[in-house]
Amino acid sequence: MTAPLTEQAGGRVDGQQPAVRLQAVSKTYGQGKASLLALDNVALDVAPGEFVCLLGASGCGKSTLLSLVAGLDAPSAGRIDVDRRRIALMFQEPALFPWLTVSANVEMALRAKGLGKRERRARAAEYLEIVHLGGFGRKRPHELSGGMRQRVSLARALAQDADVLLMDEPFGALDAMTRDLLHDELERIWRERDLAVLFVTHNVREAVRLGDRVVLLSSRPGRVVEDFPVTLPRPRRTDSAEVAEQAGEITQRLRAEVMRHGAAPNRVPQEATPDGP
Amino acid sequence: MAADTHARQIAGLDALELAPARRAGLLTRAWAGTWPVALAVALVLAAWELVVLAGWWPEYVFAGPLTTLTELGHRLGEAEFYQALTVTLRRAVVGFALAIAVGLVVGALVSRIRPLRRAVGSLITGLQTMPSIAWFPLAILLFGLSESAILFVVVLGAAPSVANGLIAGVDYTPPILLRAGHMLGFRRLTLYRHVILPASLPSFLAGLKQGWAFAWRSLMAGELLVIIANRPSLGEQLHFARELADSPGLLATMIVILVIGILVDRLFGLADNALRRRWGLHQVTA
Ligand SMILES: Nc1ncnc2c1ncn2[C@@H]1O[C@H](COP(=O)(O)OP(=O)(O)OP(=O)(O)O)[C@@H](O)[C@H]1O
Ligand SMILES: [Mg+2]
Repeated sequence: MTAPLTEQAGGRVDGQQPAVRLQAVSKTYGQGKASLLALDNVALDVAPGEFVCLLGASGCGKSTLLSLVAGLDAPSAGRIDVDRRRIALMFQEPALFPWLTVSANVEMALRAKGLGKRERRARAAEYLEIVHLGGFGRKRPHELSGGMRQRVSLARALAQDADVLLMDEPFGALDAMTRDLLHDELERIWRERDLAVLFVTHNVREAVRLGDRVVLLSSRPGRVVEDFPVTLPRPRRTDSAEVAEQAGEITQRLRAEVMRHGAAPNRVPQEATPDGP
Repeated sequence: MAADTHARQIAGLDALELAPARRAGLLTRAWAGTWPVALAVALVLAAWELVVLAGWWPEYVFAGPLTTLTELGHRLGEAEFYQALTVTLRRAVVGFALAIAVGLVVGALVSRIRPLRRAVGSLITGLQTMPSIAWFPLAILLFGLSESAILFVVVLGAAPSVANGLIAGVDYTPPILLRAGHMLGFRRLTLYRHVILPASLPSFLAGLKQGWAFAWRSLMAGELLVIIANRPSLGEQLHFARELADSPGLLATMIVILVIGILVDRLFGLADNALRRRWGLHQVTA
């Protein structure tokens, strides 16, 4: 089910060492009767420079998977290889430091690199510009809207200049227009830096818009049930017919999967109807 | 569509999202802060006058507000009062500063080192519940009737609160911020410095505020008990006012002690408010 993944990688070079490799990874939370198998025997490769989108119903273990890859948590079984790559994780919530200004929050990503104060400030300004928050450096996180905070969090993740970018529903709180724009920016940066991206979303169209592959996780326990290669030429547009068509196929598969597990229908990821103005 | 117009549209959307913050004018706020206090003071004075008028105690035992306030005004014009005030305030500042230093070190160590936490964690809380006056016999044995005896007790009274504030702050650092710090490459000491310490600031400030209250109480107890010749202090004035049955003087000194306590507490309140505003922690205004 998962062996030929790298070959499907949207025309990427294969035979390469994957940037991220999960082998038979399981994660159990808690112990004894109260234990919960969040991930079961997950195998997944992400090649360097590959953009992989992760889809699955709410609670199926997507965030868990990302924090395992990020090394914030240890798997209960199996292996995760990231081959000494630097990893940045954009959390599901913005996770900004409330005592720092927006700019200082982004600068924190540059601090570990040992850059000087001035250099840090200048770089932070560039990243804020990328997420279209150029004029907001001196504000505090609580003064921004939820979507703007997410963008600051994105700027911070990008500023880490990692090889692997893990993103947990990064654009969930954004309006369709801003989201489209950030898709373009993210695609550009991904190309420029040859990043490996693992991108969690509930939005099937978004997954098709961005991914080289869309990986479908089942719920309880989370398993990889299907791996859709997306071979549409880039640049893609979220509202194009081709994207809509492939998203439709994936959505059907996803529905079937959710039904099979008897999950509540309202937990089915939405089939991305652009909700813009 | 050009990305440029797009970007401008986003800027427009963002501007819409951010309603301009409005804060009332200085005068309005000052008035809003003053009138409840003025009212409360007036009520207390009225009640006091009523008790005096009831005549349960003779006037030379329990002076009325007018006599007391006149006496207070009198004292405010005398150099002696300021000498006493200076001595007391200097002790308060030195003692509190020492307590902060001790509390910080102890709090930092206890919050970081697990076995130490188990060993002295509850001891600190125990110390906090110990009435500071119970320390004085020991302090006097150790240091004699000296400045050191007073400072010793002030530090013992205030340091546990400061340490506990810090420990609680460290314990309740939101895990998501720890994880974020970890992802940004901070470990151990750098994580402590850049994430945990700043995150514990509100709790630390609360500890400081409580520590101040303990320090001020301990200091007054100390000054009543440890009277050093030629070193006038507020506590000493209180002591002698009782010896000399100087009721207005006694009450006037008590008012001074109360007012200082309130003022410093207000300072902490202001610091706390400023912090909350910066962090976006302020409550919804009902
Ligand atoms: N620290 C934890 N302790 C116990 N159970 C947990 C913990 N974290 C997650 N879980 C459980 O593991 C399962 C997977 O959670 P996870 O957060 O990975 O889901 P998710 O796919 O990211 O969901 P969503 O799309 O809603 O964000 C859930 O059932 C959750 O209750
Ligand atoms: Mg999640």
